[in-house]
Amino acid sequence: MRARVFVTLKPSVFDPQGKTVTDALHTLGYSAVKDVRQGKYFELDIDARRPDEARALAAEAADKLLSNPVIESYRIEIVDEVIA
Amino acid sequence: MKFAVVVFPGSNSDHDAYYAAQHVLGQHAEYIWHKDTSLKGADAVILPGGFAHGDYLRTGAIARFSPIMAEVQTFAEAGGPVLGICNGFQILLEAGMLPGAMLRNRSVKFVCQHVLVKVEQTDTPFTNACRPGHVLKIPIAHGEGNYYAEPDVIARLERNRQVIFRYTNAEGVPTDAANPNGSVANIAGLCNEGRNVVGLMPHPERACELAIGSADGLVVFESALQAVVNGVGGHFSRTAVAR
Repeated sequence: MRARVFVTLKPSVFDPQGKTVTDALHTLGYSAVKDVRQGKYFELDIDARRPDEARALAAEAADKLLSNPVIESYRIEIVDEVIA
Repeated sequence: MKFAVVVFPGSNSDHDAYYAAQHVLGQHAEYIWHKDTSLKGADAVILPGGFAHGDYLRTGAIARFSPIMAEVQTFAEAGGPVLGICNGFQILLEAGMLPGAMLRNRSVKFVCQHVLVKVEQTDTPFTNACRPGHVLKIPIAHGEGNYYAEPDVIARLERNRQVIFRYTNAEGVPTDAANPNGSVANIAGLCNEGRNVVGLMPHPERACELAIGSADGLVVFESALQAVVNGVGGHFSRTAVAR
């Protein structure tokens, strides 16, 4: 089963990389892009039988290692359904 | 006294720390591999600078799970002095041994230069030989030294006098121009509530001899010696961590 984990800086945290990318896009003429927040994306291939089991494991991994709760939050998507 | 210098895969200031402790300070130092599970009777622990595990994921995020870290935590909880320098500071933050986190420098550039840092508090095992308000010239070398914590955490740090080093100008004023990375409140280093765990981004071990531009950092090592030998600074007592 595959879990997608998106880790992003909390809204209250300044993102120097996102700001630099925003500035670069403006230089390229994309003035419609108002803001960019840069984050991380993980694909976890998980040996689990049920989506909720995979989600729980992915959340544990995100809490423990993939994200730093001081500055980041995360969102999880489970993409594969169980094939019986 | 004996310093343990923990070596992670990717540490690069381990030799500098060892040299400062062993050859400049004239004490004993021993390298401890990150997969070891004993600090081998050390009186103080140094987590050195570098790029442990390539800084992959986040700085210090993987190193904090190295086997030696459980022992470092036990040592710290018993009051043993622990100093995290640069990447070592980042590891202490990731391990939750110090509050807050590091962001990319506001310039988004790796900054490598001498800076001025003011010693804000002298009642720690790594600053007790300093004068209060002592301004030290010490180099920094990092891409992610932009210290961040929520405002309530910063307020608590200030209230508890846990901010130990601050980026300032020569007069000891924490101006924005003196802030090399965007750290909140110009914070360059802080300690835990027990005051025995100290982390800082500047490299005192790279400023221990005038031949390399500054010897201001030596006072950090002299403080550790004074703390261990005389029990000065912090709540550290030598017997408490004897093994």
